[in-house]
Amino acid sequence: MNSPLIIKITTVNGSTVVAPQSYIDMSRAPTMRDAIKSALAAKPSKLVIDLSVVNYVDSSGIATLVEALKWTREANVGLTLAGLSPRVKTLMDITKLSAMFTTRATVEEACKA
Amino acid sequence: MEREPEISIRIFSDPHLLATVRGAIEGLAKCVGFQDKSRAMLTLAIDEALTNVIRHGYGEQAHGMIWVHMWRSAHPRGLRIIIEDLGKATDPSKIRGRELNDVRPGGLGVHIIKETMDEAAWEPRPSGGMRLTLAKWLNAEEVAASYPAPPNPEQTNS
Repeated sequence: MNSPLIIKITTVNGSTVVAPQSYIDMSRAPTMRDAIKSALAAKPSKLVIDLSVVNYVDSSGIATLVEALKWTREANVGLTLAGLSPRVKTLMDITKLSAMFTTRATVEEACKA
Repeated sequence: MEREPEISIRIFSDPHLLATVRGAIEGLAKCVGFQDKSRAMLTLAIDEALTNVIRHGYGEQAHGMIWVHMWRSAHPRGLRIIIEDLGKATDPSKIRGRELNDVRPGGLGVHIIKETMDEAAWEPRPSGGMRLTLAKWLNAEEVAASYPAPPNPEQTNS
């Protein structure tokens, strides 16, 4: 049985950074969803989802990112995805979601944007 | 499909087991000659198929049975996969991904499967549940980079 998803939540230059530490599939998407909700409950000015160590995301993970987009828009909070791997970028492309998200190569760039 | 599959896996419909199946698929796909990107997409497509079975076939109950059978194909070079379950059957004509301009969570799995695989066909099993037959072939670059094709077992045995 796989281990639970560890998610680090930190504050960088006033932005809240949610950083899952491994893959996001159907078994782990609910944990990711809870972490994003928890981060938004603190009413940050900006939310960054750091995917730099995420080596695999399936459609459940993508659905969670789409939910995050919806929630941040409703709360008038900026959302940026940082550190997308080529695999995650490809998945965003084939689901035609790339244009929906603001992305940056690193968390530092995302927090400045 | 007459000859025995290279790999057969039976799992419960428990999402926590998906990572284990992904590992087996990646391993066989590498052995067949799929390179990084197509191996990732093949693994993703099968993961999506299993997720759909768990979610829609078994209503996210973790005690349903799912069988995954994988064959190397020599002509054309690639992989054939059959996924079977005993869950709720669905009319194949109603299995389709959502419109991609309708941005909302969910409904992406079927789209990913159809976009990624060279063949994808759903059918009800006569004894209940569903059968999904998938195939993905090596592209020209992967064929050129891989070892010569193994003999075709169907021809060898005839």
